[in-house]
Amino acid sequence: MQTIDLTRPGRTEFLSPVLVGCVGSGDLEVLIESAPEPVASISIKTSVVGSEVRWQQIVDAVDTDLELPAMKMSIHDFGATPGVIRLRMEQALELARKQEVPA
Amino acid sequence: MTISENSGSLRGRRWFDALTHSAGREGPAPSLQVAEVNIAGQHCYVLLVKPEPENVFPRARAGEVGLLEGWGIAQAIDSIIEANTQAMAKPAVIAVVDVPSQAYGRREEALGIHQSLAAAVSAYARARLAGHPIVSLLVGKAMSGGFLAHGYQANRILALGDEGVQVHAMGKAAAARITLRTEEELDQLASEIPPMAYDLENYASLGMLDALIEVSSADSPDDQDVERVKGEIAHAVSDIKPGDVSLRRRLAGTNRKASRLVREMMRAQWDA
Amino acid sequence: MSSSQSKGFVDLSARKRVEILLDRGSMHELLSPFDKVTSPWLEKQGIVPQFDDGVVVAKGTIGAKSTVIAAIEGSFQGGSLGEVGGAKIAGLLELALEENKKGNPTAAVLLLESGGVRLQEANLGLGAIAEIQAGIVELRTYQPVVGVITGPVGCFGGMSIAAGLCSYLIMTREGRLGLNGPQVIEQEAGIDEYDSRNRDLIWGLTGGTQRFATGLADVLVDDDVDAMCKAVQGCLAKGVPAHHRSDEILGSLENLLKVDTSKQITADVAYQILTGVAKNDDK
Repeated sequence: MQTIDLTRPGRTEFLSPVLVGCVGSGDLEVLIESAPEPVASISIKTSVVGSEVRWQQIVDAVDTDLELPAMKMSIHDFGATPGVIRLRMEQALELARKQEVPA
Repeated sequence: MTISENSGSLRGRRWFDALTHSAGREGPAPSLQVAEVNIAGQHCYVLLVKPEPENVFPRARAGEVGLLEGWGIAQAIDSIIEANTQAMAKPAVIAVVDVPSQAYGRREEALGIHQSLAAAVSAYARARLAGHPIVSLLVGKAMSGGFLAHGYQANRILALGDEGVQVHAMGKAAAARITLRTEEELDQLASEIPPMAYDLENYASLGMLDALIEVSSADSPDDQDVERVKGEIAHAVSDIKPGDVSLRRRLAGTNRKASRLVREMMRAQWDA
Repeated sequence: MSSSQSKGFVDLSARKRVEILLDRGSMHELLSPFDKVTSPWLEKQGIVPQFDDGVVVAKGTIGAKSTVIAAIEGSFQGGSLGEVGGAKIAGLLELALEENKKGNPTAAVLLLESGGVRLQEANLGLGAIAEIQAGIVELRTYQPVVGVITGPVGCFGGMSIAAGLCSYLIMTREGRLGLNGPQVIEQEAGIDEYDSRNRDLIWGLTGGTQRFATGLADVLVDDDVDAMCKAVQGCLAKGVPAHHRSDEILGSLENLLKVDTSKQITADVAYQILTGVAKNDDK
């Protein structure tokens, strides 16, 4: 198992706390919470040792597509492919942004 | 694949006989022994699951808890509960534990061994809830489903301080085969992860063990050993006060922080 | 509702199962993933944890009656129970018990997709399962405890004993119930005793259809959300049974003492022993 912490600038916006996925074989869970600072901090625990560069690339790609918000994103990965990882991260972000802003 | 014939451990039988002055009679199954005796002033029923080479179920001949043993324990305890429904002071039930495992076999699965073991668990738990002090004495192996069915529902768990007394979710040899590790590797892992260990010191750190009793010989106890163990049993029985029917005291172990934290947080959130 | 709209239950995650079984909007999850109480032992062994440790526990209502639900997530570590997940289920039963003692009837539903004790947390898993079993036996004297086994994992090890303690047991054809997993039996007893790759043998002996036919489960339901909700509600409505299956001792023991073990057993023979009816006569 390897722990990887990545940070990117993040735009402050309203986010609902969300969880998607499961730590099953070839899958991962992605948990998002809002953060006060304008930073997207991404904390990853993965069963794939030596995958730091790959994670940086995935995070950059998601950032390009969806523009990362200010948030705390926590990931538990059980050997998912880059495609599955991107899918889960995007699912989580869309869900966190989609929910109604509370009155 | 050849299966080595294992005749089973004699420890359970020796301690059962020593504690009951050989007053045991056959229980509802030939592999069960039951005795009603006085142990250091305490009225006790003593129960043993022992190796039975003639057991009609061949996968339960070496002291494993199988189909007959689970339902048999349940019946033995049920009759103790029934005989004492009106009793002011409920007699204690002492489980002498030397169980290598549950029985692994096709007949066992086909005929619902899980249900048989559930019967034993239920009987022990109902006896405890009815106010019978339940004490387990571990004299040999206390493994997995065997221990769940015979001993783990006790108010107090006592163990002889001896290398041959082991508690685990799976016997070491089987665990090594299943996890594709050597027994040495398992020992190495266990030295860093207390719940993985087989020894009693680590087990005690989980809060489950109430007393570790030093004896000169766990295999062939002398009179002093037997007296000491009787004293510890009687002490445990008298320590179980009326109304003390839960297993809550097990949560106090140093290596059970998460078990306590989970309960505390859930309680706090319950009414939130 | 037309059958073309029927929705499967087996493929749902543990959390979704809980949400669907509870009355809409009544789910109050305790110790949710956002509390991040993960296994203290898995990471030390280089294994990635999960935020809910593979167990979802909640309180809510079913048919407007107070009910607690625990669901084991079979896809995390094979639904194995460790310290945290085990404590969540035991703690939930203990809280429900307190409510009953205070005079607030609270039933329980347990979704048991479990390989049993998590070997990486061995003795803490085993100890927690003993506490779950204690909780079921005490709680079921007040209110029914309903067990549900749907697959795909099935219910094995110490949790199969827990299933045997439930007031009612619901299974699907996709569910399996047995004490020992097929591979462990083959490993311990040899391939002649139990061939873990013989699917027909294993499902014939331990699958939901056989368990229901032989009286070891109370309800057999289709893999369908509505059917499952109805089955759970039906069991809860029956209240505490006069006799729990685990306590029907005498008949069970008598039956087993008569078994001829000179030949290996088949599903039909097991049926005959457990029901007293020869399979061929049973139309």
